Amino acid sequence: MSNAPLVSIVKVEKHFGSFHALKSVSLDVHAGEVLCIIGASGSGKTTLLRCINQLVQPDGGAIWVDGDLTGHRIQGHSLHPLSEAEIARQRLSTGMVFQRFNLFPHMTALENIIEGPVQVLGRPRRECEAEARALLERVGLAHKADAYPANLSGGQQQRVAIARALAMKPKLMLFDEPTSALDPELVGEVLAVMKELARSGMTMIVVTHELGFAREVADRVVFMDHGSIVESGTAAEVLGSPRETRTQAFLSAVLS
Amino acid sequence: MTQPTTTSAALPDVSGYRLVPERHWGRWAAVAIIAVLLAGLARAFAVGDIEWNYVGEFFTAPAIMQGLVNTIWMSIAAMALGIALGVGTAIMRMSPNPVLQGVAMGYTWLFRGTPVILQLLLWFNLALVFPTVGFGDWSMRTVDVMTPMLAALLGLGINQGAYTSEVVRAGMLSVDIGQYEAAKSIGMTRMKSLRRIVLPQAMRVIIPPLGNEFIGMVKLTSLASVIQFAEILHASQNIYYANSRVIELLIVAAIWYLIIVSILTPLQMLLERRFARGTGGSR
Repeated sequence: MSNAPLVSIVKVEKHFGSFHALKSVSLDVHAGEVLCIIGASGSGKTTLLRCINQLVQPDGGAIWVDGDLTGHRIQGHSLHPLSEAEIARQRLSTGMVFQRFNLFPHMTALENIIEGPVQVLGRPRRECEAEARALLERVGLAHKADAYPANLSGGQQQRVAIARALAMKPKLMLFDEPTSALDPELVGEVLAVMKELARSGMTMIVVTHELGFAREVADRVVFMDHGSIVESGTAAEVLGSPRETRTQAFLSAVLS
Repeated sequence: MTQPTTTSAALPDVSGYRLVPERHWGRWAAVAIIAVLLAGLARAFAVGDIEWNYVGEFFTAPAIMQGLVNTIWMSIAAMALGIALGVGTAIMRMSPNPVLQGVAMGYTWLFRGTPVILQLLLWFNLALVFPTVGFGDWSMRTVDVMTPMLAALLGLGINQGAYTSEVVRAGMLSVDIGQYEAAKSIGMTRMKSLRRIVLPQAMRVIIPPLGNEFIGMVKLTSLASVIQFAEILHASQNIYYANSRVIELLIVAAIWYLIIVSILTPLQMLLERRFARGTGGSR
């Protein structure tokens, strides 16, 4: 591979008490790639995603994002923990979309989107508002700029949440089961926005149960089980003709 | 021809019947009893040994007015100090830093654990412990610094901070963990996410109990009369020590307290509406 991966996960370990959530997980994601992580709940896929933007700090191993070691500074042959402000700065290269949307309920859709650019990046409000309106247009919600989250449907809230993450101009977008909390008839509109984003060349790591989406959009699919990556390959390989029995068992349980 | 939706041809058709409103006989009986009791109470006070003309005469007396002003501004100042300390303490208590947590818990323990009147007396008599206060070459006699006003402000405000911190902490706990995570995910530090995301949402939970605490504070200022702070109760007492119209002047003070509290209640409702943004109306 000529260019270095955008995300490099090297032998990452995570324990929650006695529960071994991630067991020496290694994974590379290249710029422009769309990676879908599938697996049963408790398989560690969400924990892995949260380690990438440091909502969870791993116990062992290393995660590199955009050339930076996350969470620590290298000095000689020792690692020093980063300050909270430095970790916040590292998070700027990743955007995250949550299962439960997590829009700020006391702000309108537009205010949600400009909050990061104005308050964190310190950019001029007028400029950010123009960009936010363009993002709302892109997710098909130009007419909802002044609506509060409580007055939006789940699908609309999630599309605003995607726009809020994009407003920070991240190099990488993380999606944590973005359609799991939605009514079935609202899933399509969110997936459509994500497909458009994938086509535009955004690097995306998507934890999902939407196998159809994975089949159609993913460059690579990773199947996780009990804290380990069991199988990885193209969507056709992993979803079409899985080699591992655990992958086969999971897929037959999901598809039946 | 459409199918009938019911097959109850034998039941009477009630669509044309008159709707009789429900009669609340119990309520009328209760109103009658309350009216009789109130009339009796009013008569007792009217014929009792109260010179109502003194109430009218002293209601707007200059000393009472000065006391009223002192009560109002001391309530506001002590509450402001209490809110500032309370927010700071709640943030320390919720911090991941165990030293800050310990300081916050110690402060709350100390000031909630002692009666406020005792704290007022301690501040007022601070000169007995430290005859002078100052830094380096500059110092002053503590008795000159620790006026009744300063002692009342410190005693009431610092005590209030201990209570307010728990109210603020409850408000912060009421905000979903996902809000903290979303704030982090757009690159916010803890302090920025508290200021921009968490505290504005916590306000909705904090304001009703804080309004309650403010009303409590208006009445708590009366305790400062024991350290000679010239609030409205102290002013009333000074007058009745001179003219012996004890009940009349206590009634004057009572009416003023009721007026202040009556003004505060709608103000609280306005604030609540302000912080209910995005929740689909005031709840």
